Order: sequence, then C-alpha cells, then structure tokens
Amino acid sequence: MTNVTVIHIQLPRAGFLLDVDLELPARGITVLFGPSGSGKSSLLRVVAGLERARRARVVVGGEVWEDDATREWVPAHKRPIGLVFQEASLFDHLDVMGNLRYGLVRSQRLARTAAPSAQAVLDHAIERLGIGHLLQRRPATLSGGERQRVAIARALATQPRLLLLDEPLSALDAARRQEILPWLERLRDDAQVPMLYVTHSMDELARLADQVVVLDQGRVRISGPVGEVLSSLQSPMAQAEDAGVLLLGQVVERQAKWQLARVAFAGGELWLRDAGHAVGTPVRLRVLARDVSLAMQQPRDISVQNVVPAVVDASEDAPHPSQVTVSLRCGPTLILSRITRRAAHELALAPGRPVWALIKAVALVA
Amino acid sequence: MSPESWQAIVLTLKLATLTTVLLLVLATPLAWWLAHRRSAWRAAVSAVVTLPLVLPPSVLGFYLLVALGPQGPLGQFTQAMGWGVMSFTFTGLLIGSVIFSLPFAVQPIQNAFEALGTRPLEVAATLRASPLDAFFTVALPQARTGLLTAAVLSFAHTVGEFGVVLMIGGNIPGQTRTVSTQIYGHVEAMEYAQAHALAAGMLAFSFAVLLALAFLRRPLSRGAA
Repeated sequence: MTNVTVIHIQLPRAGFLLDVDLELPARGITVLFGPSGSGKSSLLRVVAGLERARRARVVVGGEVWEDDATREWVPAHKRPIGLVFQEASLFDHLDVMGNLRYGLVRSQRLARTAAPSAQAVLDHAIERLGIGHLLQRRPATLSGGERQRVAIARALATQPRLLLLDEPLSALDAARRQEILPWLERLRDDAQVPMLYVTHSMDELARLADQVVVLDQGRVRISGPVGEVLSSLQSPMAQAEDAGVLLLGQVVERQAKWQLARVAFAGGELWLRDAGHAVGTPVRLRVLARDVSLAMQQPRDISVQNVVPAVVDASEDAPHPSQVTVSLRCGPTLILSRITRRAAHELALAPGRPVWALIKAVALVA
Repeated sequence: MSPESWQAIVLTLKLATLTTVLLLVLATPLAWWLAHRRSAWRAAVSAVVTLPLVLPPSVLGFYLLVALGPQGPLGQFTQAMGWGVMSFTFTGLLIGSVIFSLPFAVQPIQNAFEALGTRPLEVAATLRASPLDAFFTVALPQARTGLLTAAVLSFAHTVGEFGVVLMIGGNIPGQTRTVSTQIYGHVEAMEYAQAHALAAGMLAFSFAVLLALAFLRRPLSRGAA
C-alpha cells in the first residue's frame, strides 16, 4: 500500500458536495482536471491539511495523514508535502536563497530518518529548476516565470513525499508557461516525487499527465492513465470541441530530405514534422478527433500521409446532433474520429467493421 | 533652557519610549486577534480599543485617576500587592499613556495583518513552519511597515499628550511633568521665551515625525500596487 495515495473526502462546497474516493499510484504526475469550481483546489487543500473536511481519509505512502474514523489528524506543517500555489507566494522579505532555505531547514529538523545533507537537497532543487543565477535576487525583481520556478524549487527543497501544484501556470502568459513546462517534464521524468497537478488546461494535461482524474461538480467523472481517459468515449473530454487522443510513442526514423519524422506507437506509426528529436526519443502525440476521416477502402493517390488500418470499436453522440464520435481500435491503441451522422449512416459503421483512418494532422505536444 | 525644561524633555522621552515598547508588545497580539478571529466579541473589543480615539483625554484621565486612586479598584489592588498607589506617579502616567495611545498602535498593525491575508501563513505551513513559527518569521517581517508606523505614531502621540498627563500625573517636576505640561506651566508663569523654546521644539519634532511616516508608507503602497 506504500505506493498508493488514498484520498477519500466528503466536503460540502458552495453549490455542491465534494465527494471523491481515489486510490492513485504514487508516481508520476496525476492531473486533476475539470472546470473551475469543480472542487479540484479544495481537494488539494484537504490533502495539504489547510482545510478540514468533515469526513476524510488521506493516506500517503502508507502514512495516515487524516482519518475521521480514528480521529487522526496531522496538521499541515507536519505533512511532508510541497504546495505550489497559482501565484508564486514567495516571501518578499527574503531573497531567493532565503525562500529556499525557509522550508529546507525546517524540513531537515523534522526529518525522522537520516536525510541527505541540506546542501545536497538545496543544490538538487536549484539545479532541477535552473535558478542558480537568481539566488541573491529579491522576489519583487523576478519575472512571473522565475518566481514560479523558485516556488517549485522551494517546495522541492522540503523533500516532499507528495508535491501538490494548484494551477501553477494559470497566472502566467503563454510564453512564460512554455518556459516552465520543460522543467516540470524533467521533474516528472526524474520520478522522485509523485505530483498532484490541478489544471483546467488541456495543453498542460496533454504534456504532463501520467494519470488523469476528471472532476465535475465535486464528483469524479473518470480516472485512469492519460491515454485511456482521453480515448474513452465516456470521458467528458470526448464531448469537447477539441476531443482527441494522446499517443505515447518514440521517434524511430528521421527523413532529412523531407524534414519528416516517423513515430511508432503501440499499434501503428505516424509521420509528422521533424521537430529535431533524436531517434529513440519518447514523444507525446495528440490526434484530434476532428482531424481523423474514415474510408472503407484504402485510399490511393491522396495527399494525407498517415492512413492507418483500424477497426470500429464504438460510437457516441457528439455535442452537435449532426455529428458522432467514433472510437477506432489500432492494435491496443484507441483513436477517436468525429464525422457526420450521415457519413456514419452511409458507410454503415458498426462495431467490428474494418476501416482506414485518414489522419490529417498530428500535433507533437512534447 | 532651564534645568526644569531639560528635565521635562528627558522625562517625556523616557515616557514615550517605554509606552512605545509596551504598546508594541500588547498591541501586536491584540491586532492579530482582531485581524484573524471572527468572534462575536470582535466588534466590542474593537470598539473598546478605539475608545481613546474619541474620548476627551480629560475623561480618560478622570476615570484612570479614580480607578488607580487609593479608593479605586485598581488602587486597592496595587496597594494589596504592596506596590502602593499609582496615581500621581510615573508608573500611573505610563499606564495612562499606554491606554491613551492604544488605538494608534493597534490600527496600523491590524491593517498590516489584514492586508497580509492568510496565504503567506498557509505557504509557511506547507514549508513546515508551526503557526507560532510562521507568526514570528513570516507575519511580523511582512507586517514590518505597519509595526514601524505603530511605533512612530505611539511615540509621537505620547509626546503630544496633555490632558491625561495633567489628570493622572499631576504635573510633578521630575516625576510626571512632561514637555506639554511644562509649556503650560511656563505660559501660566508668563515665561513666554521658555514656552517658545519648548513649543518650537515640539513643532519641529511633530513635523519630522509626519515626514518620516510619509516615507514609511511609500514602500507599503508600492507593494500593494
């Protein structure tokens, strides 16, 4: 049970009841996704111990942080978490180094087992977020992106067992967001600290998530590995205009002549623009349902470069009554396609029918 | 200047310094409570703290005199404890000054704590700081402008008080005679030149204080923008 995070919460909020019962793998990034006011941040605050739910059970890494049944309750400052808020919330009476050391010295004091030396922890956090050149600066003189990187490093320096991020990029503009995402990807790939990441941005979800929990009105609509959640017709995201799947693949070939790269995923291959990734690099591809057309015969003499054989798995009504969303099976992988209801009727699409999927656009998200 | 005037100046500075120190110690927890507790008592406590702001100093001084006097409840208590009677003593004057300037200390500190909000304290908690630790290492440093404003206002207000000093202190040279009552004494005795020297000094002092406050408040407004 030590590799599982158990979160069970019942907490009345304005207009709804936050009622979740989650068991999450304690690794990688778990994205809590949902519209604003769906209870994501409240969930995070309960896990951090900043808010007390009437009924709650939180167990992280085999340690009970709270349990209403046994009246156990660990106060926020004794929970080994790191929390990064939407706005960086740096202490402006301290310089960057002072901010980093604030949590560091206190967590070292509380550490029960032999912890790595404070200097090693500090150096690692500074290196991981690339803030070595900012240490003597005052928070007021930093850019928004720099402030948030310092805030993340400050949380890391406490050596948390769980890192909580509450919409850490939503207060930043697009350019600043792109500046921070690679650092978060590196942290995820280190696989040292499991993270709970709250966002309502599909872009951040596609780039960062290993697991996804979709919240709506305080309830869990769907949860699971990111690939499964995004390809499920039952997920609320399948109803969105930008519904589409996320394929986890690897660059297997680069054609310098055409500036194209071939990416293999479980169940097929796709050609896309060569973004400079070396052969062997793991990449995430996003294929939107609206960019996938269907044909019953293998099309010839066609400009579309990616034509993949597939089998119809299921179909579901799309938001507009003229359309349906069809899920297609390519080996173990599901792809979504959004077509008109009339086309589905004319092609007599039904589960089990072999089709050709014409993929007009593939986006490299990371 | 006469030796009496110098004596009054030294006594005034001593009184103002002690009052300021006592007020910072008393007003900070009180301001914290007012800023963070949503108690039913809050409005009543807030009103009591603000009372000295609207009461005539003579009213405040009168009640303190009665309370601290030999027959008053506080006077009975201090006598029972073997401390004697506090009215017409420096200690009594100090007690009166602290109460008289309380709102000037509480309000800037309370405003600073309220502007701070709960977020910095939550951040401190997630960085393993206990509530008391967070109070001293985050709340106080971040409220420093409010604390400094409170100190300057308390000091200046104590230097400038007159009514309370006269009522409870009794204008005893070397014990309870401050600059303001000394000026009054000079005027009564038609010693205008002496009164002038002290009055001009007070004027310069007050101007300097207000100027200092203006500089103090500048970083605060920039921080809030």
